[in-house]
Amino acid sequence: MAKNKEKKGVKRRKFLKYSGAGLALMFGGAIIGCNPIRRIVFEKSETTIAPYSGDMSPMLWIQISPSNEILLHSTKVEMGQGTFTGLAQLVAEELEVTIDKIKVVHAETKSGNLDGFGTGGSMAVASLWTPLREMAATMREMLRAKAAEKLGVSASSMFLENGTFSVEGKSMTFGEVVKDVEEWDIPDTPKLKPKSEFKIIGKGIPRIDLHDKVVGAPIFGIDASFPDMLYASVLRPRMIDAEMRDFDFSVAEKMPGVVQIVQENGFIGVVAKSQFEADSARKKIKFDYVTNEVWNLKRVREKILVGNGKKTIFQKEGDAVEDIDGDGEALVMEFRSPIGAHAQLEPNGAVAHFRDGKVDIKVSTQVPKTTRNEVAKALGIDKENVNIIPTYLGGGFGRRLHTPNAIQAAIMSRAVGKPVKSFFDRKQEFQNDTFRPPTHHVMKAKVSEAGDLLGMEHQLASGDVLFNYPLVPKIANPIMRADIGSIRGGSIMYDGIPHHRSTYYHVDLPFATSFWRSLGLMANSFAIESFMDEVALKTGQSPVDLRLKNITQDDPLKVRIRNVIKMCAEESGYTDEVVNGRAMGFAASIDASSSCAQVAEVSIVDGRIKVHKVTVAFDCGIAVNPDQVRAQIEGCICMGISAALYEKMDLRNNKLYPVNYGAYEMALMRDAPNEIDIHLIEGADIAGPVGEPPLGPIAPAIGNAIRRLTGKRITDLPMSLV
Amino acid sequence: MKISFKINGAQRTVDVDGDTPLLWVIRDGLDLKGTKFGCGKAACGACTIHVNGGAVRSCAYPVKLAEGKEVTTIEGLGEGDALHPVQQAWKEEVVPQCGYCQPGFMMATAAMLDKIPNPTDEDIDNNIINVCRCATYYRMRKAIHRAAAIQSQTNIQ
Repeated sequence: MAKNKEKKGVKRRKFLKYSGAGLALMFGGAIIGCNPIRRIVFEKSETTIAPYSGDMSPMLWIQISPSNEILLHSTKVEMGQGTFTGLAQLVAEELEVTIDKIKVVHAETKSGNLDGFGTGGSMAVASLWTPLREMAATMREMLRAKAAEKLGVSASSMFLENGTFSVEGKSMTFGEVVKDVEEWDIPDTPKLKPKSEFKIIGKGIPRIDLHDKVVGAPIFGIDASFPDMLYASVLRPRMIDAEMRDFDFSVAEKMPGVVQIVQENGFIGVVAKSQFEADSARKKIKFDYVTNEVWNLKRVREKILVGNGKKTIFQKEGDAVEDIDGDGEALVMEFRSPIGAHAQLEPNGAVAHFRDGKVDIKVSTQVPKTTRNEVAKALGIDKENVNIIPTYLGGGFGRRLHTPNAIQAAIMSRAVGKPVKSFFDRKQEFQNDTFRPPTHHVMKAKVSEAGDLLGMEHQLASGDVLFNYPLVPKIANPIMRADIGSIRGGSIMYDGIPHHRSTYYHVDLPFATSFWRSLGLMANSFAIESFMDEVALKTGQSPVDLRLKNITQDDPLKVRIRNVIKMCAEESGYTDEVVNGRAMGFAASIDASSSCAQVAEVSIVDGRIKVHKVTVAFDCGIAVNPDQVRAQIEGCICMGISAALYEKMDLRNNKLYPVNYGAYEMALMRDAPNEIDIHLIEGADIAGPVGEPPLGPIAPAIGNAIRRLTGKRITDLPMSLV
Repeated sequence: MKISFKINGAQRTVDVDGDTPLLWVIRDGLDLKGTKFGCGKAACGACTIHVNGGAVRSCAYPVKLAEGKEVTTIEGLGEGDALHPVQQAWKEEVVPQCGYCQPGFMMATAAMLDKIPNPTDEDIDNNIINVCRCATYYRMRKAIHRAAAIQSQTNIQ
């Protein structure tokens, strides 16, 4: 790899504007703690693209070898969202090479290429949109200067095409340029290509990991290994709010293949010669539970209730609905969403090799830096002695922000003196998930006699999403008061309503809840957009017109949401009428600056809800890879159908149920719509978030269609016709 | 106990507890990682392989039952470097997202197409009941129809 002894100073100056401005700064600002700032943070949290918060040296990211191989060391992980392909497109565009020349790998933490934010919130490509192109363009100019020097020509005289500089019959490939170079000058950041000159960005190039994923290549964390590796199975509590004690290992330790039972750092793990033997022995450990309090679903539902817990107003214009003068009762409706499981197919686990005071860990993680820091702390060694080697993720969805498996595998490897692979089984995955929190919403509105919305209120009670997340300092909770993960998508976007406000109640639950794809967006949109539809029905207005009429501001986000609403209504031929037993439902949402509107065409077939077609208008700004943007929309729709129609966890006597697929009902092939008609609008000259925003409208769109079909308003997820 | 079977055309003998799920023998014993662990209870289909040509969920299939049989995994689905029509269709429709469950879906699809060469949507819904959390079902259904078309063309030739 190219080296530059002076790069640090230059790098700092040139790239400072992007680094250190991530989530940390958002909380830094909030520490002042007065309400106007909190309000700004809440507003920004819904609409801002979090900037990239990691190292910005082009040398760390892009490695060009004398053999002409270009390696992109990504701090963002690939969990299916197509990030590797999008990032390769950004680099190829500015480096002037075709996409097949670039190989993308996960950056190991020991490379020093670290990302303070991790991969999530649909921010990977969006946050790197400018910095990565700048790095590639800078690298290109470094190569150009060095090529000119080697060829003895002026830099501006050379022509660059597909990784080769040429001039007057001479030519030099990137590989030839970097050969034997020890020192590089980093120039001022070059001007980036305008959109009109893009050749690779905006093309639906097949994803670069496609072949590996079609042949079943061993690319996932669970496929990783070290030579002479042992296998481990960690004991996890089946019950919540309970302590395991009085352990009896007498049967377990005599089971075939068992090497050692490790008890350290508050966990117990069985290390054995095979996964089957480790799992079988772990199940033979005897112990008792001491339960603190008895928990069941009813009690959780009683806790998750607007009015309970710490209250924070996160959006406020004008007066409360109760305070608006005038005749007429307020329209009030309540909505609920259940505890949801991640159910990603690859269970959590890690492969660790501890030797000579250092540890290498291969792991599926969304937060390599956090994983590294947690392992270092637990093992009492320096961070530099922990190397996290991220693998492809067999699904993320927010499940891999907490990685205790990495710590456990490292500790067990240290204990037995050999590499150890430690994975959860499926039951452990379900019972110890960091669930999507259950929510309760109260929507209120007051409407004039002419049918105009005078006031609207969204009140929300939820468990943690961002709170208790390892990336966020505990000090942030009392300062923020409202969990900005829970309130995502919870603001009312209808600025034309003179009085509107949104209020959050934070509820502590006796089990872990955290990020689940789109955070609060899915549940919040379900409440707000179902309610908007109800207002439209009650006032005899078209749900499309009612929305458009109440989005009045001219800021770019509002222009873009109006555009997607109009386009979706037009392309779907939206109608309130039920035609041949099918009804349409309309819904829209803004999430992290991307706008989405959807129309779901629904009928009831043999007592089941069937979504036949979904029409989508989506504006994420520039679609770096339109085919993958479509793939994400299709995935959000089918996963949204799954959450809307089927998914829910139960809690009985401190045990969460169910603990496997099948019993945890999910959408299958039969639930996929026959048609998903997607219309992309590029309403901004940046590449915005993609992987989660399309999850906003789908549940309320289905609910709104069912309301037209049956006359019944569904207020609880998952939906039931009974 | 010693158990012998053919896997992807090669005769292999393993010496393990006969109740070990075939999945773990394939993954950890024979180092073929394309077959995935998903649930351990035959509920998700990530571990789908072929035993004597039929789809089997290998996480709940004791290795002793494989004695003398022919096992095919995703690594042996195509012929050498040539992709199977199902893999080809998967590529053309750009189906995978995270990709973890996809080998199981492709194995289930290949087995279905052997029995039902031109499946209707209903056939697909009834026979392909694996779980994909990225929810790539929409493209998968297109890819299954495409695979059927590729396969029928190949058969005519």
